[in-house]
Amino acid sequence: MILNFRNVYLDNVSTVCGPYEAKGPLGKNFDKKYNDLYAREKSFEKAEIRLLEDSIKILLKKTKLTSNDIDLVIAGDLLNQIASSCYGALNLKSPFLGIYTACATSIEGLLIGATFIDSGKVNNALISCSSHNMSSEKQFRNPTEYGSPKPMTATFTATGGASALLSNKPGKIRVVNGLIGTIVDYNQKDAFNMGAAMAGAAADTLYKYLKETDTKASDYDLILTGDLGKYGKEILKDLMLNEYNIDLSKNYNDCGTMLYDLEEQKEVMAGGSGPVCSALVNYSTIIKGLIENKYKKVLLIATGALFSPIMLYQKENILSIANLICLEAI
Amino acid sequence: MTNKKYNALVKKYTPKENKVKYALTAFFVGGFVGLLGECLIRLYIMLFDISRNDASTYMIITFIFFASLFTALGFFDKLVAKAKAGLLIPITGFAHSMTSAALDYKNEGPIYGIGSNVFKLAGSVIFYGVVSAWFFGLIRYLWEVLV
Repeated sequence: MILNFRNVYLDNVSTVCGPYEAKGPLGKNFDKKYNDLYAREKSFEKAEIRLLEDSIKILLKKTKLTSNDIDLVIAGDLLNQIASSCYGALNLKSPFLGIYTACATSIEGLLIGATFIDSGKVNNALISCSSHNMSSEKQFRNPTEYGSPKPMTATFTATGGASALLSNKPGKIRVVNGLIGTIVDYNQKDAFNMGAAMAGAAADTLYKYLKETDTKASDYDLILTGDLGKYGKEILKDLMLNEYNIDLSKNYNDCGTMLYDLEEQKEVMAGGSGPVCSALVNYSTIIKGLIENKYKKVLLIATGALFSPIMLYQKENILSIANLICLEAI
Repeated sequence: MTNKKYNALVKKYTPKENKVKYALTAFFVGGFVGLLGECLIRLYIMLFDISRNDASTYMIITFIFFASLFTALGFFDKLVAKAKAGLLIPITGFAHSMTSAALDYKNEGPIYGIGSNVFKLAGSVIFYGVVSAWFFGLIRYLWEVLV
C-alpha cells in the first residue's frame, strides 16, 4: 500500500563519516570527517555513538533548532539492542522511537516520521542512523583484527552517522510518498553475498511501487538502491528487465557502489553496506542535487538484509526487505 | 519469481573466485613459513646446543610471538587476507585468532571480555583437536591390545 504524504518536507540533513568514506569520491560532500576509526573514543562502539551524536548536533546547528524543538526522534543501527541509537540520542531528551530493518533503517525512519507528521501528531521528526565498519565486523563476523579472506561479493560496512529533519513547514524538498517493504525470502544463505539476498527485496518493492502508483521507471530522474553492491546491482537490473520488463539501464544506481571508488579502494570489495551507506550518499549528494535542481524527482530504496548469524547457523535463510521513499524538488 | 530461477540469476552474476591462484599462494606462503621454521630450528640447535625437539618448541614459540605482535601492531590481518590459508593453517593462524579476539574484547574487561571471548575462533580447533586426539588414541590402544 502506497503511503501518500500531503505536507511533509525534508528540511535539512547532516552527515558524519569515517576515514574510508572520506577518501571516497563523495568525500568532499560530508559535513564532518574522522580520520581515525576510533573517532577519538576508546572503543568502536563508542565511536559509532559519537558519529550519530555528531550528526544530530550538526543538524540542530544547521536548522538553528534546540533539542526542545524536536517533537520526535527515530533512530536505528546494526548493533545489538540498537545501542548506538539509544546512547547517541540520550542527550536530545526528546521522545524516542528505536527502529531496525538493518540497512533499510534510514528509509524506514523517514517513512515513520513522515506518517507522524502527515497525521498531524507531530510538527517535526529527526531521523538518524549509524553504522561502523569495525563494530559490525565484531558483532556479525570475526574479530576486527582477524584477517579472514573474503570473497569478491563481500561488502564493506560504511562508517558514519547521518540525520535528517522532516517537518511540516514547506521547504525545498517534498516527501511525496513511499512504500513499506515486505520481508522476502529467496533462499539465500551466503553471508558474504548480501547483494544477492537484497536484490530480490529491492525488485519486489520497486515493482509494487511502480505498479501501484501507475508510473514508469523513466518518470524519475534517479532510482537509487541502498547497498546491493557491484554484483547485486546487476542482479536487480537483470531481474527487473526480464521478469517485469522494466528497464533500469539509464537512471539507476546503487549507493554502495557510489560511496567508494571500487577501483582504487580494493578493501571495500563489492561496495559499501550498512544503514549509513545509503544515508551518507542520499543526504550528502542526492539531497544536494534536489536542492540545486539537478534532479526533480527521485526514488530512494534502502535495502536491508535481515541477517541473523544465529538463524543462519540454524540453517535458516537470509531474509531481506526494501523500503522506498519518493522525494521531489519544489 | 521462483527461488530456483532467482538462484540461477545470482549464480550468473557471482564472480568466479580464482581458486587455483589462492591455492598456489597458500602453498607457497605456507611452504615459506615451513622453511622459515626449519631454518629457525637449525639456528636454535646451533646457537643453544639443544635437541631438535626442544628447538622446534622454541621455533613454535617464536612464531606465536611474532604472529601475536604483528596482529597487535595491526598489519597481520592484511597479510593473512592476502596469503589466506598459507598463514592461517600454521601456528601463526592460531595465534592470530586468539590475539585478534583478545584485542576486540579488551574493552569489555578481563572476565566478560578477554576471558570469555579469547577462544571465540580457536575454541573449535582446541575442542575438536582434543576430541579427535581421544579417538585416535583409542584406536591406537585397541590396535595394540588386539593385534
